[in-house]
Amino acid sequence: MAVSAEKRATREGYGAALKELATKNPNVVALSADLAESTGVLKLAAVAPERFFQMGIAEANMVDVAAGMATCGKIPFASTFAIFGTGRAWESFRNSVCYPALNVKLACTHSGLSVGEDGASHQALEDIAVMRAIPNVTVVVPADYAAAHAATIAVAEQRGPVYLRLGRPKIPAVYEDGKAPMTLGKGNVLREGNDVAILACGPLVSMAVDAAKLLEKDGRQATVIDMHTIKPLDEKLLLDVARRCRCVVTAEEHNIVGGLGGAVSEALSQHLPTPLERVGTRDTFGESGTHADLWKKYGLTPDAIAAAARKAMERK
Amino acid sequence: MTKLDTQLKETLQSKAREIRVDIVKMLTKAQSGHPGGSLGMTDVFVSLYFGGLVKHDAKRPDWAERDRVVLSNGHICPVLYACLGHAGYFPKEWFDGLRMVNSHLQGHPAMHKTPGVEACTGSLGHGFAMAVGMALAMRADKRDSHVFALLGDGECQEGLIWEAAMSAAHYKLDNLTAIVDRNDAQIDGRTSDVMSLEPFADKWKGFGWHVIEIDGHDYDAIFAAVNEAKVTRGKPGVIIARTVMGKGVSYMEAEGYKWHGKAPSAEQGEKALKELLAST
Repeated sequence: MAVSAEKRATREGYGAALKELATKNPNVVALSADLAESTGVLKLAAVAPERFFQMGIAEANMVDVAAGMATCGKIPFASTFAIFGTGRAWESFRNSVCYPALNVKLACTHSGLSVGEDGASHQALEDIAVMRAIPNVTVVVPADYAAAHAATIAVAEQRGPVYLRLGRPKIPAVYEDGKAPMTLGKGNVLREGNDVAILACGPLVSMAVDAAKLLEKDGRQATVIDMHTIKPLDEKLLLDVARRCRCVVTAEEHNIVGGLGGAVSEALSQHLPTPLERVGTRDTFGESGTHADLWKKYGLTPDAIAAAARKAMERK
Repeated sequence: MTKLDTQLKETLQSKAREIRVDIVKMLTKAQSGHPGGSLGMTDVFVSLYFGGLVKHDAKRPDWAERDRVVLSNGHICPVLYACLGHAGYFPKEWFDGLRMVNSHLQGHPAMHKTPGVEACTGSLGHGFAMAVGMALAMRADKRDSHVFALLGDGECQEGLIWEAAMSAAHYKLDNLTAIVDRNDAQIDGRTSDVMSLEPFADKWKGFGWHVIEIDGHDYDAIFAAVNEAKVTRGKPGVIIARTVMGKGVSYMEAEGYKWHGKAPSAEQGEKALKELLAST
């Protein structure tokens, strides 16, 4: 089976996996703050209505309720848009869930610019930064439908707090269905080259693969890594490719401050100072528009990644 | 109202004195913490832990069938710690480490550090919302366990309290009882001056709760209220317990909110202990 040509959203992969978990694991429950359909948790509600909890427009309460359920042995998946789940409910997640390392999965959709037309108020571009700064948490940003599906299953099996970052738009597949490698904390090498290492997450992974093809036309060979787990960061893999390629590019649908780019900067500056270029929003808010127009305007494209790679290579 | 057995009441009063003594001792030693609310809620806590109102077993803190006690206004944890220590969840020697480095007893409750503590609370509002989650989970699992959430009245200025209250009534959580420490005191002053809560009982009624108002130092009333809340079907119950901040220590009772978050000096601690030990 080849990689599907059909574009699908990571939130759809999440919903499909949650539906499977509903029948496989009796402890899995889902909560939503009035966004059950948009986030995909309605898929679970369809097969296990008694394990779906509608919490209304009250995100902080939803995350605390999930924490309370986790103390009683449940595996709650709490879902809303990323801006609300990681913004308004941040302290619930920090104090109630992460401090005692409870088994709560905060699975937020509609992250990044690609919320689109709703505009800047709804576009979380700081969420990876604020979540990964919390101790005990695992932060996962799947690259496509299959990866989101695999990540949902994987985080249900790993005990402890997780922030799972999902997206709204339909994006190209990187992996075959059912075949996305998803060992939490281990990046996936999608392509090997010695000239530059591109580390991406979320919808920027397929763009990074396209960027590598552009660079190939210049005669440059890029390593491309799907760094789906931002925390704990796969530092071994990062240092291996940084040593080999001697320059690194990060690409994410997030502010260049504090996200994947921030995590990679921290690791490289401590262990192996290496020229680094960060692709992401450049410390600015977004605006309304289609996701494609926004990605183009804010520099989240294969061209922009390739340009960053060329700049990084010049700095070697 | 049914009166409690005289012997039980005397036992509880005696236990309450021991708990208050340990609260004063641990706060005086720590030279930090919140005595006012801890002493004010002692009679309620003693009723819960030593009057048979809460189903628990100190030898099995993780017993699945236990009732849950969630101290949402976590800053009054000295009263919780004193009760847990006296109940046998951990050695009373731990009291000496309150708020000190490497201690089992944190300044605010931490479930992963102290046996018998059900949640990490203290940032106001969250514990109550977690209690709602526990009650939902208990009901989903058809467990005969009751969830008690202890709140401060000042805490009810947090919006999260009302989000949680709304959700508990929506889900008709009659296995959840909130007990609010209505002492009209918070750090900055009288609650009625800082941010008034009245009509307080009507707010809870408006949110769909069964409301019971009592004197939080009257054991007969405490027992009657908890039993009434537990048998009320179809809605969660809230007991608004009027208490006196610093109850049992004259100079704290006189100064009210000033003893919200200030530890007694060594001299003040001695005076408090003398008063408590002399009381009947």
